[in-house]
Amino acid sequence: MSGPQPGMPGGFPGAPGALAGPPQKKLDPDSIPSITQVIEDDKARLGGQVFSTNIRGQVPPLVTTDFTVHDQGNASPRFIRCTTYSLPCTAELAKQCQVPLASIIKPFAKLPNNETPLYVVNHGETGPIRCNRCKAYMCPYMQFIDGGRRYQCSFCNCINEVPVFYFQHLDHMGRRVDFYERPELSLGSYEFDATLDYCKNNKPPNPPAYIFMIDVSYSNIKSGLVKLICDELKTLLEKLPREDGAEASAIKVGFVTYNKVLHFYNVKSALAQPQMMVVSDTAEMFVPLLDGFLVNYQDSRAVIYNLLDQIPDMFADTSESETVFAPVIQAGVEAFKAAECSGKLFIFHSSMPTAEAPGKLKNRDDRKLVSTDKEKTLFQPQKGVYEQLSKDCVAQGCCVDLFLFPSQYLDLATMADVPSHTGGSIHKYNNFQVETDGEHFLRDLRKDLQKSLGFDAVMRVRTSTGFRATDFFGAVYMNNTTDVEMAAVDCDKAVTVEFKHDDTLSEETGALIQCALLYTTIGGQRRLRIHNISLNCTSQLSEMYKCCETDSLINFFAKSAYRAILNQPVKNVSDILVNQTAHMLACYRKNCASPSAASQLILPDSMKVFPVYMNSLMKTAPLVGSTELSTDDRAHQRLSVMGMGVEDTQLQLYPRLIPLHDVDVSGEAVPAPVRCSEERLTDSGLFLLENGQSIFLWLGQASPPDLIQSLFNAPSLAHLQQGHMFTLPELDNPLSKKVRSIIGELLEKRPYSMKLQIVRQRDKPEMLFRQFLVEDKGLHGGTSYMDFLCYVHREIRQLLT
Amino acid sequence: SVMSTYQEFIQQNEDRDGVRFSWNLWPSSRLEATRLVVPVSCLFTPLKERPSLPPVQYEPVLCSRANCKAVLNPLCQVDFRAKIWACNFCFQRNPFPPSYAGISEVNQPAELMPQFSTIEYIVQRGPSAPLIFLYVVDTCLEEEDLQALKESLQMSLSLLPPNALVGLITFGRMVQVHELTCEGIAKSYVFRGTKDLSAKQIQEMLGLTKPAAPGQQGHPVAPQEAAASCRFLQPVHRVDMNLTDLLGELQRDPWPVSQGKRPLRSTGVALSVAVGLLEGAFPNTGARVMLFIGGPPTQGPGMVVGDELKIPIRSWHDIQKDNARHLKKATKYYEALANRSAVNGHSIDIYACALDQTGLLEMKCLSNLTGGHIVMGDSFNTSLFKQTFQRVFSKDYNGDFRMAFGGVMEVKTSREVKVCGAIGPCVSLHSKGSSVSENEMGIGGTNQWKLCSLDHSTTLGVYFEVVNQHNAPVPQGGRGAIQFVTMYQHSNTQKRIRVTTIARNWADAQSQIQHIESSFDQEAAAVLMARLGVFRAESEEGPDVLRWLDRQLIRLCQKFGQFNKEDPTSFRLSESLSLYPQFMFHLRRSPFLQVFNNSPDESSYYRHHFVRQDLTQSLIMIQPILYSYSFHGPPEPVLLDSSSILPDRILLMDTFFQLVIYHGETIAQWRKAGYQEMPEYENFKQLLQAPLDDAQEILQTRFPMPRYIDTEHGGSQARFLLSKVNPSQTHNNLYAWGQETGAPILTDDVSLQVFMDHLKKLAVSSSS
Repeated sequence: MSGPQPGMPGGFPGAPGALAGPPQKKLDPDSIPSITQVIEDDKARLGGQVFSTNIRGQVPPLVTTDFTVHDQGNASPRFIRCTTYSLPCTAELAKQCQVPLASIIKPFAKLPNNETPLYVVNHGETGPIRCNRCKAYMCPYMQFIDGGRRYQCSFCNCINEVPVFYFQHLDHMGRRVDFYERPELSLGSYEFDATLDYCKNNKPPNPPAYIFMIDVSYSNIKSGLVKLICDELKTLLEKLPREDGAEASAIKVGFVTYNKVLHFYNVKSALAQPQMMVVSDTAEMFVPLLDGFLVNYQDSRAVIYNLLDQIPDMFADTSESETVFAPVIQAGVEAFKAAECSGKLFIFHSSMPTAEAPGKLKNRDDRKLVSTDKEKTLFQPQKGVYEQLSKDCVAQGCCVDLFLFPSQYLDLATMADVPSHTGGSIHKYNNFQVETDGEHFLRDLRKDLQKSLGFDAVMRVRTSTGFRATDFFGAVYMNNTTDVEMAAVDCDKAVTVEFKHDDTLSEETGALIQCALLYTTIGGQRRLRIHNISLNCTSQLSEMYKCCETDSLINFFAKSAYRAILNQPVKNVSDILVNQTAHMLACYRKNCASPSAASQLILPDSMKVFPVYMNSLMKTAPLVGSTELSTDDRAHQRLSVMGMGVEDTQLQLYPRLIPLHDVDVSGEAVPAPVRCSEERLTDSGLFLLENGQSIFLWLGQASPPDLIQSLFNAPSLAHLQQGHMFTLPELDNPLSKKVRSIIGELLEKRPYSMKLQIVRQRDKPEMLFRQFLVEDKGLHGGTSYMDFLCYVHREIRQLLT
Repeated sequence: SVMSTYQEFIQQNEDRDGVRFSWNLWPSSRLEATRLVVPVSCLFTPLKERPSLPPVQYEPVLCSRANCKAVLNPLCQVDFRAKIWACNFCFQRNPFPPSYAGISEVNQPAELMPQFSTIEYIVQRGPSAPLIFLYVVDTCLEEEDLQALKESLQMSLSLLPPNALVGLITFGRMVQVHELTCEGIAKSYVFRGTKDLSAKQIQEMLGLTKPAAPGQQGHPVAPQEAAASCRFLQPVHRVDMNLTDLLGELQRDPWPVSQGKRPLRSTGVALSVAVGLLEGAFPNTGARVMLFIGGPPTQGPGMVVGDELKIPIRSWHDIQKDNARHLKKATKYYEALANRSAVNGHSIDIYACALDQTGLLEMKCLSNLTGGHIVMGDSFNTSLFKQTFQRVFSKDYNGDFRMAFGGVMEVKTSREVKVCGAIGPCVSLHSKGSSVSENEMGIGGTNQWKLCSLDHSTTLGVYFEVVNQHNAPVPQGGRGAIQFVTMYQHSNTQKRIRVTTIARNWADAQSQIQHIESSFDQEAAAVLMARLGVFRAESEEGPDVLRWLDRQLIRLCQKFGQFNKEDPTSFRLSESLSLYPQFMFHLRRSPFLQVFNNSPDESSYYRHHFVRQDLTQSLIMIQPILYSYSFHGPPEPVLLDSSSILPDRILLMDTFFQLVIYHGETIAQWRKAGYQEMPEYENFKQLLQAPLDDAQEILQTRFPMPRYIDTEHGGSQARFLLSKVNPSQTHNNLYAWGQETGAPILTDDVSLQVFMDHLKKLAVSSSS
């Protein structure tokens, strides 16, 4: 995050209603740029169409638009999106406009069924062909010369010999005649088979393993969670991800339960009964068994069933409430080390680890620090044990997925430190109850377990001369400035990469980015996944602004702001955000817009809804200083966003508000969302609100009884009981089916599960719902969209004078 | 004759009291006593099997003097009228307790009758605790060995008393403590094999202690109710099915062992966990830790050798060159464990079966200090191990196990005598009474010793000092008395006290030296001196010990030999000392003092057994017994001499550790030719069978079972015989003998003849 520019006027006050200056004339809300409108327009223009990636610097459709990608030499926007597709040629220009130059790379993005999966290329025993100097991989941008005997690397301009086995003649255009037969010459994205040189200790990797580590302390037993997990695993383990075409999953599974000691289980198929091995030496964790701990589920199914049946009973009478945590992760790392494999830990944990062991934590939830210079400490993890643990995990390719079931503060900032550095996910279920949260949690678990992903990954982003990657944001670990290490990376994890100029870029040759990801497949194959993208370069700011993508910009801003609050007061970070917003827009106004009255707010077309997102970002829990917000929730949101792709941040910062009261129950379509503002609600309406994390069904106080009857089988709103507030009964009528199908589809589509909350207008829980109406004034602080826009406008005017 | 009288006396005393004294008349002054060279000392078998001694079911009557507390015994003066008895140790006059109101000359309690100089009391002391057997099993074994061991262990469950508590610890790279109560899932606690843990940590990790309540940190943790600890130690009758299955499912240590490496064996931590578990759960209760190992400890505390196969385990050569890297550290570690175990009365057995050494040298203290057994074999799949192990659980004529626990032996002496120390499977209890001498011999400085485990043959050497001053008169008609009070837990869990009170007459060494000489028990003396020698050998260089023994022998010969100065040919020893030099000759050659040709483990093993066996067995160890079988007559004992090795004889040699059957050259040829199969040579068949039958008889009873060797003239195993016999004929003097009898031995060792010649020369020399 760059600091405020010299000479910039003072910060944004942040507090609601604190706008200086004379009261503005009341503006018509419909007259200010609307996200829903922008989304609908893009859908109308590009929805359902094919997007071919054959043109350099082409701006793709919005993330909210459905389209089909045809890879013709550049990576699909599903894999890489950029803040702008036309880079300013010089550093001065970039500095002048202050538009961040960044790519958001989601290397394992899910592809729809109608798009071709990546081809796998094998260059034989010597491994993939790479430039001798910069080590870039063979790609469509390499220039073959000298009759095809040599090629010039377009990243570093080095001239390389073409290996004999790879030689091919060139056609009249200077293109190799095998151009279309070789994915690495014609496509933006493809994979290489990696040779032993790319493997740890020059040995082919073993298939990865999943270890399920269940906290069996009192609260998890009492809530019924342990039984729920054990029952679910029995069916879920049948669905472990497998390599395309493989008969069964190669992933091995292992089981650990723990409270303040760890219990490992031997589930070797030859055993009549599982065996439990208790390790109490949490100070120096080790794995007590080798053979029989990580097993093939198919082989050991009977023993595992037996185990899963017994676990809830074995601890039924437990009174142990203390837990350890760091030793649990350590145990996983040690197990992978012993088995020489990578893998993932699924940890189901309930409370702050207070038992005497490494990584023991103390309550440091001091809300008095909110809005002070020390607020950052609330977000900072405790150093030491966990720092080293992240290092160990990444070195071993051990990803940690954390499922938390807290009833109070548990120092999430520290507990989630390892997951957030190992490509893991963090799920949190406050005051977990099986009846109301069970299904919600299980959906997450199912999604998480079945996700396709790569393990033990290292990502390297190479660029053509003149600029380079300088900063990386994501659930990653960086041991040096170039290698992005990820214990695992799944289809929802994205890394945001910031670029800076080294030199002047050429409009003619443009700018190239190659992202190479070395990883181990779920089947235990070592692969290289390559994504290439070519961008335009321009000396015209207007061209640059035209090619900006707001959704990507906000992803970058969210991540950089969320990282900045680790080191600076939240207030400073908000100031910087507002200043930069004003500056970007002022620069446009000054250099690109046609002359007009100073009082008129003129925004670049590509960024016209940028202020809505920015305002929403500043009202998110991590950035809004309120003592009413739980510290753990703020930390959770901060960490979740760090690994998100563009689609997820967009949704997070501008939820969908879907009116359901006049839905066409016979059609396929989902009603068009309306703007996230209270003004759009109607007392007689039913609305669904969803942002990828939460989902609400809002019932207006004058909801027609027939709608209530159809959805809840209750005569009126007043008859709805507390117990009704989490599920929609399965009723056999068109409305009920339609609404449930809309919700079902959303739950299916999103990377995380969401817990449906049904709120009645004016009921107390409606507050929870209202905080997502991001165009309105924030509940815990933060201005409305309208006020923010006015404020930014004033700032722009000041900048221009 | 005097001799036969004394022999009867000695025999009687041994049968009745389990005592053999070096001197059966005691010199009346300190000075004279020291001039006798062999100290006043005895071999004492506290629990000598006495079928004719039914225990009495009441408490012993004690002398009321606080620092005496001697037990009423037949030597006490009793005033039946006044119902008062006088202590024969401190002369305190004690009233009889009320329950003795009815005594009179004709109605005396057993403990006053002379034939009950040894008497056993059954007493009520606290709740009776069941016996505890904790198996500690090495799983780094070859498959076949592990299988055999598992079967032996499963079998042993049927031999244990049903209410005994049993536990199982297995180890390889890790150490596993198995919980025995689980239904369904078999549960064990696992410890890293490389980390030394304190007893407190072990108990916490096993969940045997309740954590201190919050806010009470630093408060000592209270042991949880027995139920918790019982997860690991369960009554046999309740868990034998479970445990049988558990043992059946035991697998070899699964961690891979790469080429050129030894398996990682965490013996040290396994023992530490075993000791810690018992210490926390059952302090001061009879318990046996039974350790089964198939190789040396290779990691963690107590490691004896590294896992690199190219570095061999230490040899005597390495030790002498101070080149044994792990020796001191490992020994110290096991000594600390042994002492902790001894404090709680838990004994540790070691069953070591491997072709190479297993670290007994470093670990021997575990058994030596706690009264445990050491058994050494080549494999668990041998009858030597299997039968020896079964014999641990053998029963006596009452059907009780021949094992007792938690023994405490106390020695009380009359004023003229003090106790210097004891040598045997015991540790000092550091009880300094008035009867404790400043002069320590063996484990001294105390008059109480703990014997964590003992059986009917466990025998201690106890050494005394006469403290009467030279000019003080011999107590007129008085006798020196010694009382042994041994408290122990009987295998049927009863608490018992056995009291042995003995007395010997005083003699004035100046006027009655012949009497004293004829009271000499040369067998007992040889064993008692040998124990002193072996005890010294544990801390001193071999040659120094031999020199000390030689000097003692020469001094004894000078004191009692009849000779003219400087005339070796005139030297004579009386009957009561005549065999003594020969015992010393063989002792010098024995594996207890010679390490040549023995590994450090073997030396430790031999010494372990030597310092605990009774007199008969000890003598066999010093001077093996040789029987000869021939057509010339019935089997007969023959000299342990190369001249006894004849072509037409079969020899049976018993060294205690080995039984060697040696077929002379002719016999071997006949046997090879198969004459024994022919009906007309039935007598040859019988001749061959005779030593086998005799050997069988010894094999049946001995613990540990000896190694059985069947060899013949020219056979490679004949070396076992050849190394033991007196080399009267060697390659050096063969032709000088000019006779064809006997077998020459290829050795430069001196023969008994040469030894005796030299001894005489030195004894008669006025300069030595």
